[in-house]
Amino acid sequence: MAEPMLATHGLTRDFRGFRAVDGVDLAVAPGTVHALVGPNGAGKTTLFNLLTGFLKPSGGRIEVAGRDITGLPPERIAARGVARSFQITSLFPMLTAREHVELALQGRGRLGWRFWRSAKLLDRYRGRADELLAMVGLDGLAEVPSDALPYGRKRALELALALALEPDVLLLDEPTAGMGMEDVDRTVELVDRVRAGRTVVLVEHNMSVVGRLADRVTVLQAGRVLAEGPYDEVRADERVVTAYLGAADAAG
Amino acid sequence: MSVATKPRRAPSLLRAASGAPPWLRWALLAAGLAVALWLPNGLYPAVAVDILCWALFAVAVDLLLGYTGLLSFGHAAFWGTSAYASGLVAIHAGVPFPVAVLAGALVAAALAVPIGYLAVRRTGIYFAMVTLAFAQLVYYVANNRRGLTGGENGLQSVPRELFGLDLTDAYYFYYAALPVVLLGLWAAWRIVNSPFGRVLVGIRDNPARARALGYPVHRYKLLAFVLSAFLAGLGGGLFAMGHRFVTLDTLHWTTSGKAVVMVVLGGIGTLWGGVLGAGLLVRLEDWLSFSGFEAVGLVTGALFVVVVLVFRRGLWGTAADLLRRRARKSVAPSEGDG
Repeated sequence: MAEPMLATHGLTRDFRGFRAVDGVDLAVAPGTVHALVGPNGAGKTTLFNLLTGFLKPSGGRIEVAGRDITGLPPERIAARGVARSFQITSLFPMLTAREHVELALQGRGRLGWRFWRSAKLLDRYRGRADELLAMVGLDGLAEVPSDALPYGRKRALELALALALEPDVLLLDEPTAGMGMEDVDRTVELVDRVRAGRTVVLVEHNMSVVGRLADRVTVLQAGRVLAEGPYDEVRADERVVTAYLGAADAAG
Repeated sequence: MSVATKPRRAPSLLRAASGAPPWLRWALLAAGLAVALWLPNGLYPAVAVDILCWALFAVAVDLLLGYTGLLSFGHAAFWGTSAYASGLVAIHAGVPFPVAVLAGALVAAALAVPIGYLAVRRTGIYFAMVTLAFAQLVYYVANNRRGLTGGENGLQSVPRELFGLDLTDAYYFYYAALPVVLLGLWAAWRIVNSPFGRVLVGIRDNPARARALGYPVHRYKLLAFVLSAFLAGLGGGLFAMGHRFVTLDTLHWTTSGKAVVMVVLGGIGTLWGGVLGAGLLVRLEDWLSFSGFEAVGLVTGALFVVVVLVFRRGLWGTAADLLRRRARKSVAPSEGDG
């Protein structure tokens, strides 16, 4: 395999004696879509928060394109071309959809520091913002404040924000969570479209989505890697089936 | 102060700006300027000068509270430090008073760098406590360095020099100070309506998301803190010139509290609400103390409670809401991009 775009080595995170992520080795090849699956509490979101700097690892390393990013704060990791969406919709309730995307676009330049200039300066991002909104199916909703958008559209805006950063690595935390069938299909198509030239890591519960998008799948359980490989292979893995059935039993 | 820590429904500065039709905005601006020009004819000029200074102070506090989501309970440190620094510069350098005030504001901004650096790492009530603690520290230092500050006697006979003009009469000093204040208010407006201001609102509403978008949140907050301290310093410096002496009161924690009360009265996150709150509170306090009423704090406190309970968004915020609703009905919503 070529040098991985995103790699972790023995990545570990403890919460007061509880090991949420336990020595995870991950290698995501450039240009692939890599899914992280596993029962609730397997450490998927913790892993995401480690990868994006929202949590500091207790041990191990993280590399992006061969460069060590372990322990960097979220904004520095974002600047290295790693963008994420959030599992729980995380927007700016007072801003319109377009203002959201403009804010994301503005972050890549140094414009944000110009306290002596007019905000009209941001009009230069308008065209690109509207393009991104159209791409995620929010055209016509540019002027709507985000807290007035329906749930599915909020999730789409999440995605537009991550895409605005032009990331090399796109981390999607349950992009289809809570969506209806139609929105799920649209999101899958969208991810399929924007994956070109990017490396995508997604956490996903919906196995049909994983099947349609992922080149490789890593199954986590209790913070450890249980299995790793192409979707069909992993799907057939007996340990994986047991882990999922076990989780289903526990939940029932 | 829990009312003030989370300006939950403060309007988007973007939508607040585009909500009112342009004619209304210009009309309000003209009315505001007219009032500012008339003020020392209707009030005691010294009181009018006080209103100018406090208005700038309150707007500086709102820049942090309303637009960055940080309640500073220690802004007296910057107001008072600038008052002393401007006073000392005016006494020892004999420069025109706006230069002394500018120097004071720069000293306040410099002081805000280390204080802000440590404070912005905390949020909510902890941020308020850290700023308060530093302000208390500054107060005690000023009290102990009697050689410099005059201690409890204060800094006496601050000159107000402006190219040989006679500004001993507060009436004339008001008009000399007005441009400085207008410039400061304009600067605050510009900051709020700048690319930087947009980032601040983003940070206020969702700091984690702002970080994920690549914004170094602490550094943005620090710059907002320093800018706010600079504007508070402009007000404090003018206050020193206006009174021609500086006392330890300018550094007292009640001074910080008074500025916060003005902002809450006027409306958090409205910017101009601070001007309204300052005018109201200074006028009221002057009137009460003149009428021989002893418990001034009782009345202003009661007013505060009433405004917080009845006009939850402050006087300006409530009025702006009403006006906006009216304007929406009569005029088609304008394509606002200002």
